[in-house]
Amino acid sequence: MTDLTNLTELTIKEAARMLRLRAFSAAELVTAHAERIERLDHRVKAFLRFTPELWEKQAEEADRRIARGDLGPLVGIPMAVKDVLCVRGVEATAGSRILSGFKPPYTGTAVSRLFAAGAVMLGVTNCDEFAMGSSTENSGYHPTHNPWDLDRVPGGSSGGSAAAVAAGEAMIALGTDTGGSIRQPAALCGVVGMKPTYGRVSRYGLIAFASSLDQIGPFTRSVEDAAVVLEAMAGHDPLDATSSNRPNDVLHDFDAGVKGLRLGVPREYYDVEGIEPGVKAAIDKAIKSLREAGAEIVDVTLPHTDYGLAAYYIIAPAECSSNLARFDGVRYGFCQDGQNITESYERTRRKGFGTEVRRRVMLGTYALSSGYYDAYYLKAQKVRTLIKRDFDTAFEKCDAIISATSPTVAFPIGSKTQDPLSMYLCDVLTLGGNLAGLPGISVPCGMTEERLPVGLQVLAPQWREDVALRVARAYEVASGVKAEVASIPSPLGGEG
Amino acid sequence: MLARLGLEPGDEEFYAEQLSGILAHIDRLQELDTDAIPPTAQVVEVANTLREDVPRPGLDQADALANAPSAVDGFFRVPAIQEET
Repeated sequence: MTDLTNLTELTIKEAARMLRLRAFSAAELVTAHAERIERLDHRVKAFLRFTPELWEKQAEEADRRIARGDLGPLVGIPMAVKDVLCVRGVEATAGSRILSGFKPPYTGTAVSRLFAAGAVMLGVTNCDEFAMGSSTENSGYHPTHNPWDLDRVPGGSSGGSAAAVAAGEAMIALGTDTGGSIRQPAALCGVVGMKPTYGRVSRYGLIAFASSLDQIGPFTRSVEDAAVVLEAMAGHDPLDATSSNRPNDVLHDFDAGVKGLRLGVPREYYDVEGIEPGVKAAIDKAIKSLREAGAEIVDVTLPHTDYGLAAYYIIAPAECSSNLARFDGVRYGFCQDGQNITESYERTRRKGFGTEVRRRVMLGTYALSSGYYDAYYLKAQKVRTLIKRDFDTAFEKCDAIISATSPTVAFPIGSKTQDPLSMYLCDVLTLGGNLAGLPGISVPCGMTEERLPVGLQVLAPQWREDVALRVARAYEVASGVKAEVASIPSPLGGEG
Repeated sequence: MLARLGLEPGDEEFYAEQLSGILAHIDRLQELDTDAIPPTAQVVEVANTLREDVPRPGLDQADALANAPSAVDGFFRVPAIQEET
């Protein structure tokens, strides 16, 4: 019998190797995670609910597969799932009261593919309501705490997923990224987070926020782990017409290094307004490390960067106002009765939606309303074209783009909730990747003096996850910086 | 109202102030000349995706109604849509 406390610090690759060597069983691996969750999650609050029946059954099945000699890289690996992804029979609420009690009648494609690959589901992680936010404070249930400093946010919207992986409560967590909702919390929690090219992963079974921007992706504690999870869930799905049937060889040239690659540093991202000195210092060090590893660092420009946030905050709310029209208290979720159907809709949505969701629905319906459509929505779609062209031009001069993932480190809980625009600015370096449909990854690139993680973002041209992963991997190797499990001090003293 | 958000007294002032700040930021889009620029609605190139028009199983009635706040005789139940005259 192995010491179970260390099992929660392994990477997927290490755990898979040890499962095959029978160093421990899948049942023991999931138990180690359940125990760590039991001990710590009342303080981190990464999870909204747990799925013990599923994990027992799936771990047993994983042990049977291992006994049969199944060498799949994800067999028996514990996984957390963001509360926007449907799993049959497991309550899914998108972090919102309006969906309380909703038990999906089907399982989404990304999750079912990971189940088929042998992953073991631990539970459902917290997020900003309908994935709208950058701190997980907009959850209709409770905020999540950053494992590196419990008084700070984990980022968002997939903050529960990032925190779960950073706290050693899960080896894989799934998130979704509409404007940075995987990469930004990955940066703030010191883990790896990847947003694939739009269309790489099927969105079937994802509770939609902004359909032209949403993508599902993994959080892990190594770049290779992220690649393996992505490979398992990616690929064409007849149930999502925007999913692609392109070849899915994301691990192509994974260990080829950066020698001979041109890495672009956009000056607008490098000197973005509000970038903290500690973040900039970490990025400078990362650039140096990549240059020493053989990359050619080139200066590029993304001239419409200053307009990205404005375009995003038209397009995303417009799409959300349409997607969220379905929550009316008739077919599922929360319902507040009224004298007539209109009153019932209004009462249900009044009590069911939180402040940020209401704000975005207002913004979206306004931008789409007749008389304003051309000035706002159409204009934003045209600016989206300009932003996409900026990236196309930049990628003529470089193979990938590198920058900070977030201009700031994790901020104190409550510090931005009264000022929505300051919260929106958290995504200023990530949302361009969504508007242009690019794959992007955030990898840990060290800590500031106050021991808070910084993330390095790598963006690649559409469908070139292999390049983003190769650069991220080369950085991980060259710098020696690895995602660590945060040790969480016990309130009674000692480490958790 | 289109969004059916059920605004209550005080809401308008609360949101008006915040939304004005956001819209002021958004107004910078008007600085750009976009007359000759086509809009982007879909960022990756996907042609119309068709499938064979063959029937396949969908949600059965029990699954479809399982989450309904109120269902009766195989229907979703809602408050009266029209007044009796």
